[in-house]
Amino acid sequence: MSLPVGADYLSILRHLVALYDTGVTEGFSRDDVVYVARLARLDLEPSEVDLYAAQLGSILDHVAAVTGLDTTAVPATAHPLELANVLRPDTPGPTLPRDEVLSQAPHAEGGRFRVPPILGEAP
Amino acid sequence: MTENGSAARGWETVVGLEVHCELSTVTKLFCSCPNAFGSEPNTNVCPVCLGLPGSLPVLNARAVEFAMRIGTALGSSVEASVFHRKNYFYPDMPKDYQISQYDAPINVGGHIELADGTLVGIVRAHIEEDTGKTTHVGGGGRIHDADYSLVDYNRAGVPLVEIVSAPDIRSAEQARSYVTELRAILVATGTSDGRMEEGSLRVDANISVRRAGDAEYGTRSEVKNLNSLRSLGRAVDYEAARQIGILEAGGTVAQETRHWNEEEGRTSSLRSKEEAYDYRYFTEPDLVPLVPSAEEVAAVAAALGPLPAARRHRLAELVAADGAPAPVDQLATVVGLGLDDLVAAAAGAGADARLALARASNEAANRPDEARALDPAAFAELVKLEAAGKLSATQSKSVLAAMLEDGGEPAQIATRLGFEALDPAELEAAVDAAIAAHPAEWDRYRQGDAKVAQFLLGAVMRSTRGRANGKAVAALLEARRN
Repeated sequence: MSLPVGADYLSILRHLVALYDTGVTEGFSRDDVVYVARLARLDLEPSEVDLYAAQLGSILDHVAAVTGLDTTAVPATAHPLELANVLRPDTPGPTLPRDEVLSQAPHAEGGRFRVPPILGEAP
Repeated sequence: MTENGSAARGWETVVGLEVHCELSTVTKLFCSCPNAFGSEPNTNVCPVCLGLPGSLPVLNARAVEFAMRIGTALGSSVEASVFHRKNYFYPDMPKDYQISQYDAPINVGGHIELADGTLVGIVRAHIEEDTGKTTHVGGGGRIHDADYSLVDYNRAGVPLVEIVSAPDIRSAEQARSYVTELRAILVATGTSDGRMEEGSLRVDANISVRRAGDAEYGTRSEVKNLNSLRSLGRAVDYEAARQIGILEAGGTVAQETRHWNEEEGRTSSLRSKEEAYDYRYFTEPDLVPLVPSAEEVAAVAAALGPLPAARRHRLAELVAADGAPAPVDQLATVVGLGLDDLVAAAAGAGADARLALARASNEAANRPDEARALDPAAFAELVKLEAAGKLSATQSKSVLAAMLEDGGEPAQIATRLGFEALDPAELEAAVDAAIAAHPAEWDRYRQGDAKVAQFLLGAVMRSTRGRANGKAVAALLEARRN
């Protein structure tokens, strides 16, 4: 399945929906899921690993459909908005009251957030 | 093992440095919280730097300008850049990611020329936000034995430029020289105060060794916790010796992060991670690209004043006008602290350049902030008073200390401190009294024992409570001897 050059967003969307219905799930293994889950500190049941492998695989397949498009005439972009250089002046503004900030944390001590012991240095 | 010892056995040390530099902006990188050192914990925080849901970062224009200044000073190409999220779980960032630049940094390439003429390549100098400060409680403050940790987010979101060098550094001395030169450039461009002791400048060293002549680099370790130039130099020597020891014993060096312990003078492996870090970088969707125009880049370059190497040269010429070479250490100190304009202004006002340089590199250098705010005319006047013998060196230093403390005119301060210069008759009387009081010493002095001169000088200084001019006393003693 491929889209014509210059396809509008709506036709791309229709294309992706059509792909989703085919249930393509190759391209994301159980090992990939286990690895990503560990990076995200998620503890998954084996059945969840299978479920997410299938779902993440189909999402990746949808995105991969874009590679089927001929984009030679499309300039590369770093952001969907056609904006650059959004800046603010270096002038100070209000800060939050510390008591209010710390009251939102499970534990605080001496004006600081108190967290469980850390294993290892900052990456 | 010294560098020479390892070199004699055919080893070469290879070092690349990553320097994190805090920018001297008024506010943080992505929010309007004050960027201030030493505030009460968690008082400079807001929804953005606390990572509260719904908050959005907006880039600080001055931080961008400062980054461009740094890149321009390093000879980098200033390019269009993009921000990325670097994802990791650690409580120093409440968002669980740090906004940094990844594959499209603002400054690419460049070099720093060391004092010895060596060119060290710059790979990149990109913008990122600083992290919060963690304090480990219990277990003697050691991270692995801590009972819990405390976090202060005042520093979270403070703008940083990370400057990554090529592995072109070959010794501990060059590593220190590189950081010294980089710090001078940062101060000269007005982008950072460069204070290592306050963490404004933080250095990580990638260190490896190889057989001299090898084309391939050896396996490197990354050494963290280098809080001073001294630590950096010691760590480079220690780590090179450690790696050589392993290789000479037939072992292999592990690629790992190591922690420098200043008290023990050694590095140690951090607890091995369960896996290598995978930061899952992706484009920061809340920030748009940064695309400086050619005009902006040119404007930054045009506004950049002379860089440290050129300023050292200018100052050296001023000082060496009297025929003797300028003291290299004093030049580096004064330019490094941005006090060269003060010295040049004093010289321009007719003060002795060499004496002005000496005062600026010692007494004034201890309080660089106050020294940079000194009235150049008052500083010039002080140097003139001392050069004319109206203030002794000791008195001059005391007056300068008072000027750094409260400002003011040197002559008035001297009067207030009771530093009226002795009139010649008083001085002669004091010298004669000292001679009369110490006949044995005076005899030894007359027989040519030069060391006794210091004793007699001390006696005159005591009797005049430091008001005598040392050179004038020495001249009088000499005159009395003949």
